[in-house]
Amino acid sequence: MAHSARRDSPELPDFSVLKRLARDQLIYLLEQLPGKKDLFIEADLMSPLDRIANVSTLKQHEVDKLYKVEYKPVVSTSDQLCFLIRPRIQTVKWVCDVVNADKAAGKFKRYKIIFTPQKFYACETVLEEQGIFGDVSTDEWAFYLLPLDEDIINLELPEFFRDNFLEGDQRWVRTGGSALHLFHSIYGPFSKVYGIGRCSKMVYESWREQVKEGEQKARQAEVGTVFLIDRDVDFVTPLCSQVVYEGLVDDIFRIKCGCVEFGPDVTSSDKSIKVMLNSQDKVFNEIRNEHFSNVFGFLSQKARNLQTAYDKRRGMDIKQMKTFVSEELKGLKQEHRLLSLHIGASESMMKKKTKQDFQELLKTEHSLLEGFEIRECISFIEEHINRQVSMIESLRLLCLLSLTENGLLPKDYRSLKAQYLQSYGVDHLLTFANLKQLGLLVEQQPGETLTVMESKMGKLVNDKTAGKLTDAFSSLAKKSNFRALSRRLSLVPKSDEEYDLRVPRDMAYIFSGAYIPLSCKLIEQVLERDGWTGLEEVTRLLNGHEFAVTGSNGADLRPQSDAQRIILVMFLGGCTFSEISALRFLGRERGYKFIVLTTAITNSARLIEAMLDNHV
Amino acid sequence: MMKSKADEEDYWNSSKFKAFTFDDEDDEFTKKQEVEPQLPHRVFPASCFLFPAGISWSVRETASSLREQSFPKIDTTPSLPKNSSGYSLSSLFKGKEGEREMMDCAAVSLEKFRSLQEKLLLLDEAVGVHDGNVITAVLIYLKKSLSKEVLFRELESRQTALRHFIHYLTESKEQRLLLELYRALGRTEDEALLQYKEHLRITDENKRRDFLKSCVSLPFSPEDAGHVQDHYTLLERQIIIEATDRQAETGGKVEIFQKFPRRASILNMPLITTLYYCCFYHYAETEGTYSSPANIRQTFRIAEKQYFVTALAARAKLKAWHDVDALFTSRNWLGFTRKKSPLSFSRVADILSKNNAPVQVLQEYVGLVDDVELRVALAQKYKCHFIVISTYRDLKDRQLLLGYRGKVERGSEEERKIDELLSNPQIRWKN
Repeated sequence: MAHSARRDSPELPDFSVLKRLARDQLIYLLEQLPGKKDLFIEADLMSPLDRIANVSTLKQHEVDKLYKVEYKPVVSTSDQLCFLIRPRIQTVKWVCDVVNADKAAGKFKRYKIIFTPQKFYACETVLEEQGIFGDVSTDEWAFYLLPLDEDIINLELPEFFRDNFLEGDQRWVRTGGSALHLFHSIYGPFSKVYGIGRCSKMVYESWREQVKEGEQKARQAEVGTVFLIDRDVDFVTPLCSQVVYEGLVDDIFRIKCGCVEFGPDVTSSDKSIKVMLNSQDKVFNEIRNEHFSNVFGFLSQKARNLQTAYDKRRGMDIKQMKTFVSEELKGLKQEHRLLSLHIGASESMMKKKTKQDFQELLKTEHSLLEGFEIRECISFIEEHINRQVSMIESLRLLCLLSLTENGLLPKDYRSLKAQYLQSYGVDHLLTFANLKQLGLLVEQQPGETLTVMESKMGKLVNDKTAGKLTDAFSSLAKKSNFRALSRRLSLVPKSDEEYDLRVPRDMAYIFSGAYIPLSCKLIEQVLERDGWTGLEEVTRLLNGHEFAVTGSNGADLRPQSDAQRIILVMFLGGCTFSEISALRFLGRERGYKFIVLTTAITNSARLIEAMLDNHV
Repeated sequence: MMKSKADEEDYWNSSKFKAFTFDDEDDEFTKKQEVEPQLPHRVFPASCFLFPAGISWSVRETASSLREQSFPKIDTTPSLPKNSSGYSLSSLFKGKEGEREMMDCAAVSLEKFRSLQEKLLLLDEAVGVHDGNVITAVLIYLKKSLSKEVLFRELESRQTALRHFIHYLTESKEQRLLLELYRALGRTEDEALLQYKEHLRITDENKRRDFLKSCVSLPFSPEDAGHVQDHYTLLERQIIIEATDRQAETGGKVEIFQKFPRRASILNMPLITTLYYCCFYHYAETEGTYSSPANIRQTFRIAEKQYFVTALAARAKLKAWHDVDALFTSRNWLGFTRKKSPLSFSRVADILSKNNAPVQVLQEYVGLVDDVELRVALAQKYKCHFIVISTYRDLKDRQLLLGYRGKVERGSEEERKIDELLSNPQIRWKN
């Protein structure tokens, strides 16, 4: 809408080559199993696959029937089976069952597993243990980068988050490095890399190793600057309710791989429709980054304009009418359809939000961010739990409370946990253990003295020794220090000032002017300072692991060059649509263009759901 | 464009189309035989995987250190202090520096690492590369070639490797070994939680109850031990309540089950759901029965507020307004009754309205909201006109009252009341 954009913003590179590349590799792999074959596809690979290859492409390469992996015995009659799966032990075990069942029935078939984006040794061990190593050929489909939009590239690896941050399994580090390597080999060479977080460091190293291995031709860089950030640097932002249109749509309807399904309440018919949400949708493109309160006004203005455009046909003669119908009408109709969809979506979201006292919820969140009236917030959360409102929402609020307050008072922790277990089931003991492990929901350590000692020890531990100590003091490493960070970086604007959401003055607009997302603020500061200088206190509060490095092999280092102003931000562990909106805003303000490369699109619900363990 | 996309996705996702055969529809692909992108097909780096980057890495390290570095190496995390013996893994591969390509592809057999020192060096090297896949690969080998005792002992001081091992055991569902590991490390709470988690696999409720009973004595923290005890007690009661109620329902003699047939079994529901259920079906029962709400409240030490919210919601759902009223009524020592609530009255009104309480009931609670502004706002929201009117009267605000007259129905009782107040000479209006 009415944003004052700097006119010299550089152009984004074209990402369609990534899709072609992935498709061609898949075709190559399918051809490795010549002849007709049935293809079994892991459920969560279906949408990503659909973005790059359609059914007819697969058919072209002798795929006969398609099945979704459902962990059930298969009914295929084909003598060649191909499995396109993620490298998960559970899935490989199922494939083993299929193969062994065929063997037992005396059927002889050819099998191929295509792991994407790579295979893991543990998966091959399963094949070996189940006695079918050698009966099944395996391959890798290096499908790392799925362009979701002109400025979003997704790895579609939601499990990255839990595996890396909760389980401490570094299996995806190399994947991250390879993804970056692929990007680098097409759009690089990079000249500056900034980052913060343990995983970021490791991904950087993995990427650097891979660059060293390969040949790098000297050429004009399209993207010159990279920023790597771990999700656990900032948990507060993804746990806040999203109020920017695209984020809100994701919170309520869940956008899956760039596509959303609008139900009958939106379409005002008895059918659901799936809609691609990206910059191709002209209406969506104009509202996606807007605060929700502006969206209705915008849409109704748009509707009026549309009416005027339709009305033009009055008083036309036949010839004019003919031109109108052939040239304009189609576009108008398309716009009309989109407009009514988004109006429907807005209405439906409004209805849902009024029902659940959204205002009060936001007020509580803002108080938590501000550190204001915490007792009231606690009793609000308590009532939420008592009324069994939403299992996820209650946990989200508890985590926000813990992160912003640096842990709960032991008395509060005990009481809220007990009430939570009563309302949602004792099984959630397991969930609480996970949240504690990750540092999302913890008890405050009693006594200030211990904290000081801890921080000294913690520093020692972080720097040098490993082992038992790390574990004992891990509570330190996980302290969020949110309040101190918020003061240092002025994340919470003064509440007595009016904030005009129609004319945002900073990134805080994405949270109604109440909070500037920490992740994006860090990016802003580092780019502004060309490194971490002057942010020493901030990085200390974030437990370090920051870096800023410069490449030297003929890369273009002029700070004003276009490539330097196109910045790839890689989120390890996922990012939210709100953060993407904030970065787009920052880009417009400062003349940058941001490209977001994320392991997954996340939001509060997905983040919390990844922590649940109350199921088999 | 959007439509065809959507349709295609329907195909993909709908379970109706479990499998389908393509017929000869026209094909977009043939039209789009585009120029190949500029990248080679190389991108299958590990088609010759078996031993991944781990070992060869150190080789590469030596090899490449001679070459010019375009990006600097950064210090990645505290792995292990460098071994002092000067013995390095790469020395095992002496002479192979020039054959990096081969190293990648050669199925380096791990079998040649026989001494404990070699095995541990292998592990530490793997950890140093930060490739979880390699770490797990080495761990799988160590698991096969070392005794549990030795492996566990060595993992204790290697946190990163330990976490990989735990995750691997979890994923491959090697419960028993994992429990042993926790025990060996003295991580008793993890051990207890892992064992407790097993109950989720047990579908038979009696078996599950017995299993939970055995969990009570696991080495939980005192606080969690209490929760697990509650879990057991709850399921035990649910089984009894379920059996009795199912019988009562099929017997057809108990009115409430006829009027409001149960939609699901109460087994394995959370405590508060159980309390709600009992407030719904067994409200009047004396404390002696397992299903009486009072008994449940006492047994599980349910907080007053929590109890109120649940009882209120259940009785309101049944439109038992008399019970609702009684929940809040208390007598003081002079025998006067007054309304008391551990929950704010605005919240009470909210719960009642969500259960479709009539205005007569609602206004009683809205009227008890202390804050005048909030009271008026709620009264307007729930259409409790008399509350609005009397609040304006108390405020002596003639203008507001006049304004409100336009909002009530013509000739209604509310309108009459407003007129009566407006013409009452005894009220000293402030405006």
